[in-house]
Parts: sequence; C-alpha cells; structure tokens
Amino acid sequence: MNTSLPPGASRRAFLKGSGVLAITLSCGALPAARAPAAEAAAAGPYPDPDFRQLDTWIVIHPDNTATFHVGKTDGGQGTGTAFRQMMCDELDIAYERTSLVMGSSDITPDQGGSGGSDAIERDGWAMRRVAAEGRRVLLELASERLGAPVAMLTVANATIALQADAARKVTYAELLGGRRFNVAVEGRNVDAISVKAQVKPVNQLRVVGQSIKRYDIPAKVDGSLKWAVDMKLPGMVHARNVRPAFAGATLRRIDESSVAKLPGVLRVVSRGNYVAVVCEREEQAINAARQLKVEWQKPATKPFPASKDLFDYMRSAEPTAVTQPQVQGDPDAAFAGAKQLITAEYAVPFQGHTAIGPAHALADPSDGQMTIYSNDMKSYGLRNGVATFLGMPRAAVRVVYMDGPQVYGRTAADDAGFEAAFLAREVGRPVRLQWSREEETAWDTKGPPYVFRLRGALDAAGKLVALDYEATAADHAHLGYNEPDTVLIAQLMGRRPQRPARGGAETPAILYSIPNRRSAAKIVAMPLVWETPLRTGNLRDPNGPQVTFAFESFIDELAVAAKVDPLQFRLDMLRDATEDNVFRKARSIAVVEAAARTYGWDARPAPRPRTGTRGNVQTGRGIAYTYRGNTIAAVIAEVEVNRDTGRVWAKRIVCAHDCGLAINPEGLRHTVECGLLHALSRALWEEVEFDTEKVTSVDWTTHPSLRHSDTPERIDVVLVNGDPNPGRPDLPPYGAGETSHKPVIAAVANAVFDATGVRLRRPPFRSARVRQALAT
Amino acid sequence: MSMVRLRVNGATHEVDVDPSTPLLFVLRNDLDLHGPRFGCGLGQCSVCTVIIDGNATRSCITPVSAVRGEITTLEGLAKDGRLHPLQQAWIDEQAAQCGYCQNGQIMTAKALLDRNPNPSDAQIRAAMDGALCRCMTYYRVQAAIKRVVRGNGGREVK
Repeated sequence: MNTSLPPGASRRAFLKGSGVLAITLSCGALPAARAPAAEAAAAGPYPDPDFRQLDTWIVIHPDNTATFHVGKTDGGQGTGTAFRQMMCDELDIAYERTSLVMGSSDITPDQGGSGGSDAIERDGWAMRRVAAEGRRVLLELASERLGAPVAMLTVANATIALQADAARKVTYAELLGGRRFNVAVEGRNVDAISVKAQVKPVNQLRVVGQSIKRYDIPAKVDGSLKWAVDMKLPGMVHARNVRPAFAGATLRRIDESSVAKLPGVLRVVSRGNYVAVVCEREEQAINAARQLKVEWQKPATKPFPASKDLFDYMRSAEPTAVTQPQVQGDPDAAFAGAKQLITAEYAVPFQGHTAIGPAHALADPSDGQMTIYSNDMKSYGLRNGVATFLGMPRAAVRVVYMDGPQVYGRTAADDAGFEAAFLAREVGRPVRLQWSREEETAWDTKGPPYVFRLRGALDAAGKLVALDYEATAADHAHLGYNEPDTVLIAQLMGRRPQRPARGGAETPAILYSIPNRRSAAKIVAMPLVWETPLRTGNLRDPNGPQVTFAFESFIDELAVAAKVDPLQFRLDMLRDATEDNVFRKARSIAVVEAAARTYGWDARPAPRPRTGTRGNVQTGRGIAYTYRGNTIAAVIAEVEVNRDTGRVWAKRIVCAHDCGLAINPEGLRHTVECGLLHALSRALWEEVEFDTEKVTSVDWTTHPSLRHSDTPERIDVVLVNGDPNPGRPDLPPYGAGETSHKPVIAAVANAVFDATGVRLRRPPFRSARVRQALAT
Repeated sequence: MSMVRLRVNGATHEVDVDPSTPLLFVLRNDLDLHGPRFGCGLGQCSVCTVIIDGNATRSCITPVSAVRGEITTLEGLAKDGRLHPLQQAWIDEQAAQCGYCQNGQIMTAKALLDRNPNPSDAQIRAAMDGALCRCMTYYRVQAAIKRVVRGNGGREVK
C-alpha cells in the first residue's frame, strides 16, 4: 500500500520501534488510583519502569482487586476499557474488580503511547501475555498453598479452587495481596515480551466481546473527572504565548511597559522569537498576552502562497523528494491499446487538528525535577524530548498523562508540553499554559495538502486495464512527535534539526485487480520551512483521507465511463484480485456486500436518472471502499444536495467494517461512527486558509467544522468482523481508529455526483463551491 | 479587584476578583468547578456553557460582574446523589468520546429540554447547533437527548 517513500505509517512504525517515542495513558475513575510504587517515587528521580517485571504491569491488592499499568493512552475511543477487558480475561478476574493506569512515564511500562491505531492490534498482546503470566504464577502459588497440582485447580474471578472440592480455595489477595510478584518476563523489547503462560484462545475469552460501558464516561458527564487542564498546584502561575504576527517574522522589540501596569503580570519571557507572558491568574495572562506590544519584522520573502493559489504553487514547485514509480504490468502498452481513456485531477487542502480544547500543559519544576501533566498521547516521548530540550537527565523528567481533548496524531499538545516546561524552569514555579483558540487553529500541525493526477484505461468490455496515479504532497519537514529540535518553541528559539524530515506522499491501498499500473508520488516544500504555522504532522491516518478521496473518486469516474454500477465495478475488481493475505480479499468482498445489503443498494450506473420535474433538492448515493493494514471498511453515503443553496447534507451513512476480533463491539461502533463524522467534517467544512503572511482561518467562524445540523439522520455501522475460516480459533484484533475515516470524502463526492451529475474534485464541499460547480 | 457574590449550584460564594473577569475562570480557578472548560474564549463553541436563570450562557464571554441570577454548572445537575436524566442518558448511549466538550453538549441540551420538554428532531438540531464537538459525537448526543425526551413522555425534566 505504500510507495518506497517513507509514508506516515511506516515512519510512525519506525519511531515506535526505536524506543524514542513514548507512552500515554489515562487514569480510570477507579478506586486504587496510583500504585504504591508511584507514591514512593513522587519526589523523583523517575527511572524507567522495567517492562520485564510483572509487577510493573499488575498490582494485586489486599481486597482482591487488581490494578493494571499499561503504556498507552486513550483519546476517547475506549481503548482503556478494552485493555482492561483483555487483561481481565487472561488474569481471570471480573472486570469490576480492576482498575487501569495509563501512560505515566514513571509507573507504566513504555509502550510508545498511542498512535497508528495499534493499541489493540499490537500493544494488547503484551498486556494479554503478562496477564496470562500473572495467572500462571498465581496458580503455582495456589498449588503450593492448597497442596494440589495445578492441573487439578480451577480459576474463577480471582479465586483459585480445587476442581474436585470448591470449598478448598484461595483468593489472589490471600496469595499476593499487597505484595509483589517478583517475576521477570523476557523479551528484547516490550512488544516481544514472551512468557511461560499461553494466552487463551478466542473461544475461551469471556470478557472480551462484551460491550462493557466505558469506565471513564460517568466522571466525564458529572463533572468530577480531573483533566490535565484542571490540574492545580500550590504556587502555580498561568502563562500564554505571544506568537509572531507573521510567519517567519523576527522579533525586533518587546515593549514591556505595555503590560507593566496590568494586574498580576509576573514575567515577560522571550528567547529568540518565542515570547510568553506569565501571570498570577489565567485571565490576567490572556489579557497581558493581548496587550503586550511586540514589534515583528516581516521576512524578506513571502513565506507561502495564499491558500487560493496553493495548488498552482504545488503543481509547479520543484520537488524535494520523488519516489521511484511502482510499476506493474505494462501500463504504456495498455494505455496505447485502450478503448477509453479517462483523466482527472483532484486536490485536498491543508486540514488541521483544531482540538476543541486548545493545547495545554502544567509543568512543575519542584525539587530540581520536572513533572509535566499533559494529555499528550505519547507521554514517554514528551518526557524524553523535554529532557533533551532542557538538558536534564531523563530520570529527572516525568510526564503524567491525564485526559484531554482529542488526539488524532501529532497535535500541539507536544508543543505546549515543551513550552510549559521551559517556562516553569524560567520562573521557578509550576506553570500552567494553555494556547488561545486562534493560536490552536492557526499554529497546530496540519495534515498535508495534496494534488493528484489520475489516468485510467478501459477496454472494450469496460474493464479497468491500466491506471496511472501521480500524487504531490506539500509535506517537506513533516514533524515527528516531541522532537526537541522541531517542536514550535525550539523552532522559534532558532534550533534546527540537521535536515528537515523528508515527509511522505502516499499511493493508495489497492487490492483491486488492475493488471497494468504505475504509482508515483513526490513531495514539495512550502517556501518557508521553519517558524511557519503551515507545519505538517500526522493527522488521523496521515495521508489516507486525501489519497482515498482521489483514488476512490476516480474509481467512481471509471465506473461512470464504463456505464457500470459503481458498487458492482468495485466488487468485480475485488473478485479478480489475486492477493488474499489475512483473507483480505474475502473479507473485502464480504464488507462491500454487507454495506450494499444494509443500505439496500439497487444496482444501476451513476448518476441517478432524472425523472419528471427536478426539484431544488436532489438525492444520490455513493460508495467508497478501502483498507488500512488488515482492517477493511466500505462506506455508503446518501446525500441531499440543494441546488439553490449548494448545501450538501449526508442524510445517511452506512459503514461496513471488519477489524477482526471485536474486543468491545459497542465501543468499536462508536469509534467507527466518530471516525466517519470526523471525515464528513473534512469533506464538507475543513480547510486551513491563509494569505501570504499568516493563517486567516483562526476560529470557529473562519474555520468551520461539522455541527449538529450536519449530522446524518441515520448511521449504520455493520461489524462484519468474522473469520472466513471458522475452524481457526485465533482471529486476531486489528486497528479501528482510522480506517473508517479514510473513504468518507470519496463516498460523499460520489454521492453528490450520483445526485447531480456534477463531480466535485476538491474538498471541502461548502455551499459556495458546490453552487459554483452546479452552475458550470 | 472587588468582592463579587455568586449563587452557584445552590451555594453562595464571595470572590475577590477583577469585575471584568470572565465567569469561566472564576468558576474553574476560584470555585474549583471544572465542568465548564475553556474552548475558544469567543463564545463560539459552548464548551464553557453554564445555565443562568434557565438560559444556556457562554461563561467565557460573560464578565463575572454581569451575573445576576442563579448559576448552574454541570456539577449542579445531579440531585440527591441521582444523576440528571440527561447525564444518565449520556452514559446509556455512551455519548462521549474524549469528553472535553460534553459539558457544552449536556448544558445546552438541559436548557433546551427545560424550555421545551418535547422538541422535534429539527428543534434539537437547531438548539444544539452551537455546541461543537471535534470527536464528532453529535449522532450519539442527539440519541441521548431523544432518549430523555422519550423516557419523559414529553414532561418537564427538571
């Protein structure tokens, strides 16, 4: 699915594998909050928890409950609940008897934090193995205590009994409550943990597969949960950043007298082009940041073209990296002999994370250590990055993960963590920092914009015999996670990495049988590489929504040219596919068919035939299909297009989805649902706009997002999850955080075409753009 | 600075702050009520919503000195240890994802149902339209509101 360029996914895999990245976590709203080990270490230093010790993962309490420690975080997809389910099954303990601590760099093992939708798919295995090992060790202890071989024992809900005599029993707490396992596990890294115990086969899992309600929701709806944004410490002060007024601007002068008389102002901190104010109270910091007079000198050359000229710029810019085209068959010959030749160009603008809660962190410099309270999804990476940035030993820095606004990749939570730590050291007091709305929307990292050129050849039978795909992404200097030389404060202080990251430009995930094809991708740079708000970083399947939009729109255009039903056109190419790794072909066909069945798809070519008088509202349906890793999704969108206003409403969405074993089906459905709507927001509303000096889409008016009134009337998420080989007991779970997000923009565009006969090749499909397209 | 008296969730508080301070920061930082959160400071997203005399109010743009009536925050919805029907419906529908915005969703919905216990789908969409969510939980939030409306048979839900 990837070209030879390092695309987002493989880059992420590399980062994780290297151990440079970190962890995340979340504390459950549960009884046994932090483990005893954490209390002892509270004053620091904070050495790495040893992932090879069972005690790092599992604590058995005297009341026969258990706390699990995992090196992950939960951005709201319910992975925390799922981790508990998986570990409960292996440890043989009721879900209600357990709690979970996530992503605190001092007490949870480093599992890289969140990212890549692999929490269940990859990291869940280490959790299952250590929990199974815990059960094995407890069985051995029980065997000794009860004087009976392990084979004659039975385990149920943290109690071990003789199979022959249930009255002879011992609880986990009686065996180990409040004490340590002192058992080491093996493995060269946390993913390679190996234990003596066997994990259970799927057909013996009891807690897994239940739609247990998320443990974190009650405290989120009654106001009792303490979030990172709620942390308070004695002596704490509040900070706000003052960003350069123009991209690439140089600080000339700060007039500190402009805020000297304002109440509560403690310090104006500046280093290079980084400026912040520190005040006693939050509203004072907000006010002082607004009032502070700063002179900025504009850069000699324009930092970027205006957003309206972005795609022209990208088409003509000299590439910074070019992939070796991937070629299969003989595309040139196939194109030469084609019956029909179809070409189309697509474009996707910069789109941002724009978290609902602006980036924030609280940093505490007490005792010569540095503790950062943050919702960063990679707490270990934040910890390591800050240690390098501040020149502190790693063991002096700790990151405590707490809940926060959504984290779908490289968000500004990274930047805020570094800034808070820097300011805390400068002022010698705990500093709570939060970005402004304008700062978040303008300066947060963005998903890269793309332009695409596609060419397809149909033979006389209307079959796709050749495809030529060419993508250009403006992704040069793509930001990694928590890098001490690329976080925003480092850039503004003048630090630079040895060279900018190469960035990624992806080619589509193609399972379809297309005998002759060529895929090529290149990367271009914006004129200004550093100290610019147009920073690219991973945003929810970093390239998938863009690439799938172009590819699955084009497949639709080919089906139109072939006068074939677009769903049938795809099914035919899947049935002819030669690859069937992890049953991906069979599962893809099952997913597309399930979507069609659920929607009630009647086969006919697009667009919908016009009958009778045309009203001002036209209805159409569109399909798009994709896979991500081993997870498969097909999305059918039904839209209403108002020809007078240009408004597009996705009235109904069906998503059929297969990610293997479902740990928590309802949680999975919700994750898929929100992935769909997040992509619908990108389809209909989201675009970063800028003039030649600065980002101009800076709040919810200038940067609109999906709203209640845009919500579909009906969403059907169909979990196709199943193993086509029912005799196999080991159906694994695959990731589910991003796949459903990929095909939505294409499904909507295809539906708009079906409704109107007009092809939209550039999101977002806001009313003005749609009206214009309908008029031409 | 000056003393400001506030009635919040049935209790009276006096705080010594600049009268222009947005209510949001007094609630969060002086009274330790964390239900309302900072989202935009512009009155655009609803994350900071509280209810003042029955009206959903954006506390981030409301000067504390301008508040005259009784303030209800998310923490004040539960009565006698029982969750408000909306809070229970949120749990039943598993409406939250990250949850950061859910204060705005719940408080906006409460103001709606207090005013109109039996809103149509269109009225729900219109009333909730200013409550933004970036996890895109809208579908479940609407389902949770409808669940309360159904369970209530259209009666008053205070």
